[in-house]
Amino acid sequence: MNNWKNFTKGFIKENPVFVLVLGMCPTLGVTTSAINGLGMGLATTFVLLGSNVVISLVKNFIPNKVRIPAFIVIIASFVTIIDLSMAAYVPDLYKSLGLFIPLIVVNCIVLGRAEAFASKNTILSSAIDGLGMGLGFTFALTLLGSVRELLGAYSLFGHKFISTDGILVFVLAPGAFLGLAYLIAIMKRINK
Amino acid sequence: MAQNKLIVSLSPHDHAKDSVSKIMFGVVIAMIPALLVSVYFFGLDAIRVNLIAIAACIFFEWIIQKFLLKGEVTITDGSAIVTGMLLAFNVPSNLPWWIIVIGAIVSIGVGKMSFGGLGNNPFNPALVGRVFLLISFPVQMTSWPKVQVLNFAMTDAQTGATPLAIVKEGIKNGESFSSIINNLPTSYSDMFFGQMGGSLGEISAIALIIGGLYMLYRKIITWHIPVSIIATVAIFTGILYGINPDKYADPLFHLLTGGLMLGAIFMATDMVTSPMTSKGMIIYGVGIGVITVLIRVWGAYPEGVSFAILIMNAFTPLINYYIKPKRFGEIVKK
Repeated sequence: MNNWKNFTKGFIKENPVFVLVLGMCPTLGVTTSAINGLGMGLATTFVLLGSNVVISLVKNFIPNKVRIPAFIVIIASFVTIIDLSMAAYVPDLYKSLGLFIPLIVVNCIVLGRAEAFASKNTILSSAIDGLGMGLGFTFALTLLGSVRELLGAYSLFGHKFISTDGILVFVLAPGAFLGLAYLIAIMKRINK
Repeated sequence: MAQNKLIVSLSPHDHAKDSVSKIMFGVVIAMIPALLVSVYFFGLDAIRVNLIAIAACIFFEWIIQKFLLKGEVTITDGSAIVTGMLLAFNVPSNLPWWIIVIGAIVSIGVGKMSFGGLGNNPFNPALVGRVFLLISFPVQMTSWPKVQVLNFAMTDAQTGATPLAIVKEGIKNGESFSSIINNLPTSYSDMFFGQMGGSLGEISAIALIIGGLYMLYRKIITWHIPVSIIATVAIFTGILYGINPDKYADPLFHLLTGGLMLGAIFMATDMVTSPMTSKGMIIYGVGIGVITVLIRVWGAYPEGVSFAILIMNAFTPLINYYIKPKRFGEIVKK
């Protein structure tokens, strides 16, 4: 598979949220605004890139029977790095994402790419895969966050267009399901 | 064309001379008494809300069928009119026009067309729209205009809480039910005839019962769902009232206030979203009654009929799966 195709598959064709429907917990939980979606997506991208590279580096040393615990330990190290860095440099965003940052450890996408791709491929293509998937995830979360913020608060990235309360249901949990369902429907139409 | 001779209509596949449009216009006729009462108490605003809701529902059904699904346009079957009227019946009469339009988009687009149109929707479309609006616009959806008899001047009327909300608030503040009900401006006979705050179509129990009797006479609905809902609410609240008459409202109050009559007679009996067998209908009705009382007495909202119906709508396929009608000629296993 050539590198460019490997990189772009995460956006539309194998988008982790819209096509693979993985990582639903942060997708539904944090996308109350565009900036939350972007922050969450970038944090996951960092973890994906790091864990994919390291796992493809050490793939020949890990016994098959303990590969999942080994992957989790590697992923958890990167999550700790991003957790502490975000607490230090972007405390506001860190506070609004809350528990979802440590929960990247158990994000299906990260473990899924480690198991399905990084443990079988070279370092370079694993890195490209991690970056593509991560940015695809970021794209999906930012899109969903933008839709929900736009409808739920009439604002985008904190910039308010109409100074009244929005359609409140979109910043609540049912709005996440509704928004995601219609975005998946649109993506299906595009992929057809 | 040979294959077009077999006409497969929408579910349920009963053999009868009824058609979708005949049933739908029967429902519309049954809603007219309640509509007249709402015009009597809320003035021309009641007609305004109804016209906007019906027009918007038909318009969005037409747009979606013609341009998004590119299929047959069935707006003349009357189902969009029923959805629009039921949506209008479930909102305050002073609701701004654009909120009604959003409700119509959600009812038709999300509640009905996303699932494949009439006959395929698991939830009552009008209630999907109503609950969406209630969660999205809590301020506008709960400022109920005070009733004024035959007031046709389009002035801004005063707003006030519904009897259910007043009683819930009072009990929370430690007052006893009997002292709250004595201070209430509305007597039980006012509630029965419709002189109380509330959604446009839910206020008058008598008008809704007349509509229900008409639908029973036309065999559009059967007695099972409305009677089981009303009986369950009466028995459940009766037990609570018997335990502590200071803390819990009496059964008659629960039956006459809020959307119970509208929900039991018009919303829960929707053919598409309710169980098919009479046994299943009773289970469904009891479930709605229990959930309604749970929400009214212990929930965060003063009224729970619409949530209860939507929750039991979700159980309808399960009820239909386990409670099947006996096949013709089938022998009961011993």
